[in-house]
Amino acid sequence: MSFWKFSNPNNFMTLSEKILPIISVSTILTLTTGLYWGFFLTPEDYQQGNSVKIIFLHVPSALIAINTWFVMLVSSIIWLIRRHHVSALIAKAAAPIGITMTIIAIITGMIWGQQMWGTYWAWDPRLTSFFLLLMFYIGYQTLWSAVEKPDSAAELTSILCVVGTVFAVLSRYAVNFWSQGLHQGASLSLDKEEHIHNAFSNPLYICMAGFILLFLTLVILRTRTEILKRKIFILLDHKGR
Amino acid sequence: MPELGQYAIPVLFAYSISLLLIAAITLVSYIQYKSVMRKLQKIEED
Repeated sequence: MSFWKFSNPNNFMTLSEKILPIISVSTILTLTTGLYWGFFLTPEDYQQGNSVKIIFLHVPSALIAINTWFVMLVSSIIWLIRRHHVSALIAKAAAPIGITMTIIAIITGMIWGQQMWGTYWAWDPRLTSFFLLLMFYIGYQTLWSAVEKPDSAAELTSILCVVGTVFAVLSRYAVNFWSQGLHQGASLSLDKEEHIHNAFSNPLYICMAGFILLFLTLVILRTRTEILKRKIFILLDHKGR
Repeated sequence: MPELGQYAIPVLFAYSISLLLIAAITLVSYIQYKSVMRKLQKIEED
């Protein structure tokens, strides 16, 4: 079975109709478990006190904020090279989710920063690159709304997405590029060096899984909406309305 | 409810605003989907 089979809108609609209920229930279960564990069952941190509970929202939302842009990038490149409409619509569908997650990451980070650093905001590398990422998301969304012809909009937004990728990369790796700034290094890493205690990392992994599932649920639902909107556009065009 | 001490207000505010935003994007996505489905059905019936 070829992956490209799902670039056919009908195949995408058939498959997504089957998996959407399963993935929605998984999202609710995972997210509820992770957030309940993180909020109610974790101990106080010896340095951060109970403000550590913000991590269960901040880290997963930041993860999705950055990776949504990469999903949009891959979809945009597929559109630019292979002209699969579903891929352009996936990118369009993902943008509002990325905006929401970036706002959550920034707000929760600001609240936590005020408690730990004594300030809501500092123009440090990671915070600044996140702010620029939000601006790119808003610009991307605005461009989709501003261009009337769907294919032209897909073309222009894809190019913007490729250009904006530099800020998504900066958001992800800013703490590695520059040692200055208030923001600390990554809370979790794939190497063997542990950064946070298991009491916090276990619920955090569940929250991250919950946010990934939430992203998948929303992007599938929103892509279905975009495909149906495109179908309406074509039907009305054929009827001459 | 855990004892949050001096961090009660910031932690509860962070959770409230985040859950509100998640609920909002989920609700808006679902309402848009249902609305487009209804519109398509109406067009197909005409």
